[in-house]
Amino acid sequence: MNARLADRLATIMFWMGAAAVLAILALLLGYILWHGIRVIDWRFLTTPPQTIIAGGGVGPQIFNSFYLLLLTMLISAPLGLLAGIYLAEYASRGRVTEYIRLSIEALTSLPSIVVGLFGLLIFVNMTGWGYSLMSGALALTVINLPLMVRISEESIRSVPSELREASLALGATRWETMWRVILPSALPGLVTGAIIAAGRVFGEAAALLYTAGMSSPILNFSDLNPWSPTSPLNPFRPAETLAVHIWKINSEALIPDVRRVADGSAAVLILVVLLFNICARWLGRRIYRRLTAT
Amino acid sequence: MHKEFSPGPDAEKSFRFPDKGNIQRRKRCGEFLGRSAAFLAAALVVLLTVSIIYFIGSKGLATFTVHGVRVTEFLFSTQWWPDRPLEEGGPAVGSLTFILGSLLVSLLAVTVSAPLSVVVAVFMVEIAPVWGQRVLQPAIEILAGIPSVVYGYVGLSLLVPFIRNYLGGEGFSVLAGFIVLSIMILPTIISVSTDSLRALPPQWKEAALALGSTRWQTIRLVLVPAARSGLITAVVLGLARAFGEALAVQMVIGNTRTIPHSLLDPTITLTSAITMDMGYTIMGSLWNSALWSMGLILLFMSFLFIMVIRVVVRGGMVR
Repeated sequence: MNARLADRLATIMFWMGAAAVLAILALLLGYILWHGIRVIDWRFLTTPPQTIIAGGGVGPQIFNSFYLLLLTMLISAPLGLLAGIYLAEYASRGRVTEYIRLSIEALTSLPSIVVGLFGLLIFVNMTGWGYSLMSGALALTVINLPLMVRISEESIRSVPSELREASLALGATRWETMWRVILPSALPGLVTGAIIAAGRVFGEAAALLYTAGMSSPILNFSDLNPWSPTSPLNPFRPAETLAVHIWKINSEALIPDVRRVADGSAAVLILVVLLFNICARWLGRRIYRRLTAT
Repeated sequence: MHKEFSPGPDAEKSFRFPDKGNIQRRKRCGEFLGRSAAFLAAALVVLLTVSIIYFIGSKGLATFTVHGVRVTEFLFSTQWWPDRPLEEGGPAVGSLTFILGSLLVSLLAVTVSAPLSVVVAVFMVEIAPVWGQRVLQPAIEILAGIPSVVYGYVGLSLLVPFIRNYLGGEGFSVLAGFIVLSIMILPTIISVSTDSLRALPPQWKEAALALGSTRWQTIRLVLVPAARSGLITAVVLGLARAFGEALAVQMVIGNTRTIPHSLLDPTITLTSAITMDMGYTIMGSLWNSALWSMGLILLFMSFLFIMVIRVVVRGGMVR
């Protein structure tokens, strides 16, 4: 085989590889949406699930997923931002920084079921909260924190150093420079990264089985007192999320229409993740445009 | 501006220049507080890692310290009877089957996924950069965003019946497990490989082409070997993800405690055992402790993967 023919064949192989990945994605999305879209209607999205008979919805699970995401982001975004600021602005090359980086790497590659075990031990048993939204949010924070640190460090580092130098030359402290100059210019990267991270958190299940729990109490959506046990806002109640629900009904449900509920839930999950993805791009571009006035 | 400002005797009382020392002090104080907050947040990451190691470690070692199981027995025996009564020989917690199951599916997944991923990464960087950037990049991001439960569910409702009907067996099998995993880890391996190929100096490629190499020769003999450490990192990251994945595998692998003899046989993994049994065992019992020890193995393996990556990257830099 001469070199030119080999080159031709290799090119075909590369195109086939790329086509294969696209085909896999199309098959996955097509399959989920094709089966799921016809299940989704207003009733499915708002009614609670049934335990024995058919026809249940996933209303509370959808609410739980979003509420848990909100709690997780409220805890992990500020922490991640601060740690990212430390690494990008203050950290010197030394042993301490090395330990911080190694820890971030370790947390990033931790299997989520191990995080779930840790959460079960600390946030569920030691705190005495039992299976609760708060325990789940803290477990998800362990998963999300390293990602947020990396996103904020990278977005801060990508800001041109002239901005920083100019601000420091005008007599601003490093902290003032960070808040007034660098963070505003790093905003598009931060927002895009945070939304994509939110998509990951939204679909996480393994870490939640034994922290937020696999059940949801009967919720009274008109009760907004966060300390009432039937209030949807109570952060210390157990809360099954949409992703956990898909797993649970497939492994132990008694309802006859498992297939229907799982199809619908998977489609909702995928649609939300896609929405996050599109939002992230759109918002990132919009903020960028506003900042640079182009 | 304030040079022109000449305060009268009354104005002096109502208007005061801000005290320079005061501003300085406030600035320094703000700087100190901000810096401390940032440091504490970063230190929290270290604290979190240390406490995960400590707590999972102490729970996981209880099997050996409290229940007196030998480490070799736990790691190398397939006798798993965690609740066998004493008169029938007593409980045994050999978890070799689980360890083999995890290793088998994740290694198979990487074997399938790694070549395809490198092909796609080369395609995106060298063959069709524009097309790759516009179409494949978003596609891979979406693939990365699909929750693992959804991968598991598609495996369960599409792949398992397909295998049962066309290839034989129950459908729940090693085959189903590693196919699901190999798709799940594609985006991880592709994106890290792409980064490492992009980081190569363009002169190398230009030199190879100028010497008369075809594009394929350049890729095979120059670019891929040069990006070797990055590509190995990508594959190890993929392996780590596959090894630690719980729900997607649990849903399709069948969860029978047998060593598989063919790809169509079901088996069980460390993660699926933890997923299924952790909720039904009593904290502190032998069975429960054995599950924590499996968690400890997962933790240990994930650190091992990081160490491998560190060594590979360092080796790549020295060269």
